[in-house]
Amino acid sequence: MTLSSPYVLKETSVTWVMTQVCLALLPGIAVYTWVIGPAILIQLALASLAALAGEAAMLKIRGKPLNLFLTDGSALLTGWLIALTFPPLSPWWLIVVGTLFAIVVAKQLYGGLGQNPFNPAMIAFAASIVSFPALMSQWPSQDMHLGLVEHLRIVFGLSPHLDSLTAATPLDALKTGLKLGEEAGASVAGLLANAQTFGHVGGRGWEWITLAYLIGGLWLCLRRIITWHVPASFLAAVVVLSGALWLYDPREFANPLFHLFSGGVMLGAFFIATDPVTCASTPRGKLIFGAGCGLLAYVIRVFGGYPDGVAFAVLFLNICAPLISLLTQPPVFGAKGRN
Amino acid sequence: MITWQEFKDIFLNGTWRQNSSLVQILGMCPLLAMTTTLVNGAMLSLATILVMALSGLVVSLLRNLIPYEIRIPVFILIAAALVTMVDLGMNAFMHDMYLILGIFIPLIITNCIVLARIEVFAAKQSPLQSFFDGAFMGTGMLWTLSLLGGIRELIGNGTLFSGIEAVVPSLHHLQLLPESYPGFMLAVLPPGAFILLGCLIATKNWIEARAAARAKLPPPTPANAAGCH
Repeated sequence: MTLSSPYVLKETSVTWVMTQVCLALLPGIAVYTWVIGPAILIQLALASLAALAGEAAMLKIRGKPLNLFLTDGSALLTGWLIALTFPPLSPWWLIVVGTLFAIVVAKQLYGGLGQNPFNPAMIAFAASIVSFPALMSQWPSQDMHLGLVEHLRIVFGLSPHLDSLTAATPLDALKTGLKLGEEAGASVAGLLANAQTFGHVGGRGWEWITLAYLIGGLWLCLRRIITWHVPASFLAAVVVLSGALWLYDPREFANPLFHLFSGGVMLGAFFIATDPVTCASTPRGKLIFGAGCGLLAYVIRVFGGYPDGVAFAVLFLNICAPLISLLTQPPVFGAKGRN
Repeated sequence: MITWQEFKDIFLNGTWRQNSSLVQILGMCPLLAMTTTLVNGAMLSLATILVMALSGLVVSLLRNLIPYEIRIPVFILIAAALVTMVDLGMNAFMHDMYLILGIFIPLIITNCIVLARIEVFAAKQSPLQSFFDGAFMGTGMLWTLSLLGGIRELIGNGTLFSGIEAVVPSLHHLQLLPESYPGFMLAVLPPGAFILLGCLIATKNWIEARAAARAKLPPPTPANAAGCH
């Protein structure tokens, strides 16, 4: 019953929004499965189970209604994002520990959905890469075409993890290549010509996964499930910073397109930084939030010690989000400016 | 001298009700840095107990001689002298442990809990009470830091009592989890200390809330009956 505006009603609920975001991830997951192999499906299943189990256990302990919160899909989405950011061939316990840490510590201990200051999926990634750096940087080589059974055996530790299964990620290959080849005069262009690691614009294979994330993300924007501010400013910041450095020294810095289509930038810009709980809440605030994420992600990725900077950038901006929201409050309608 | 009731009060205050780490949240720096293992946490606490008990005793003995206006520098001098003694003593008799604890032994003097107990308690109470107050405040820190150190060590490395060789050469650490345990490094890093300390504080508050609820449970029946007209 509506007695006053708005008269146009939209059926939105947490469950509906979360379902839409999960749907938007499907193209990315499909391409991921096609390029890397079915291991991602195993990780998705593990992460979903761990997320739901952790959520249920914590809700039970906290005396909250199980049905209401378990079916809202937020835990499931967190699990999916964790699965998409973890190396797909990592042992089963890694993603289970990461997901439980995200749900129990980063979400429920802070008070559950809507109360968490940090993005739980990124907390899982950060906690895991700090705790298990070696395992978290073992990304599968795309030259090994293994089936579901082999992947299952590797994930559950039934067959040994061979070195030939893993390869450096494009970002890693570029960074170490530049560092090693400093005297030999290695340039970005020379390194990118290596067709085994790099594709048309980003990493071979990874660029297609990233493109699928972009499509899913744009669909979310079009459906107004997320606003355009965060992804636009996130990607713009990456393009501006990487473009400026690329123009300054193209031998030392990769082009903006490479940075957009490698690592977690697309997934981060559309699916992770836009989390309504941990993002800034005002439109101008969202622009600042996204730009901060983009700048930091690029700086950590290029100059830092970690392979990619998206997780740390998002977590850092998460802490700043309340302050950004406070400082960017729009004037009340009818009032002149801010007082 | 000291009554049993006083003694009990000081004991409960120090070890539980005003626990330096769980209630007053003092001494966070050594807590973060030194609870990476059970032995480190316990040894640092033992050194702190020594300093706190002795400084309480000395300050309380001298409390009528110390001019009020310059009491803080005098307190600090007394405590610093005791810290230096502990520092040199540890260097002489427990050299291996001394190397591990390093700067955190001299830094006991900067631990707020030392000065706080002198100012709040020892400067106003008689020597025996002050001695026990310092000792039991330190004991509160001892069990908290040992527990935190033990949990962090167990989660982070799967061991307990690692580094005990530096204290008792004939003992060895316990490998509680299998050798293949990968170790959850986060627990050993400072964020892990904060998260686990938060859990300990929550557990303490939970125990107290439950005790308070229990104390309220048996309702004073006559008053209740009178309340319903």
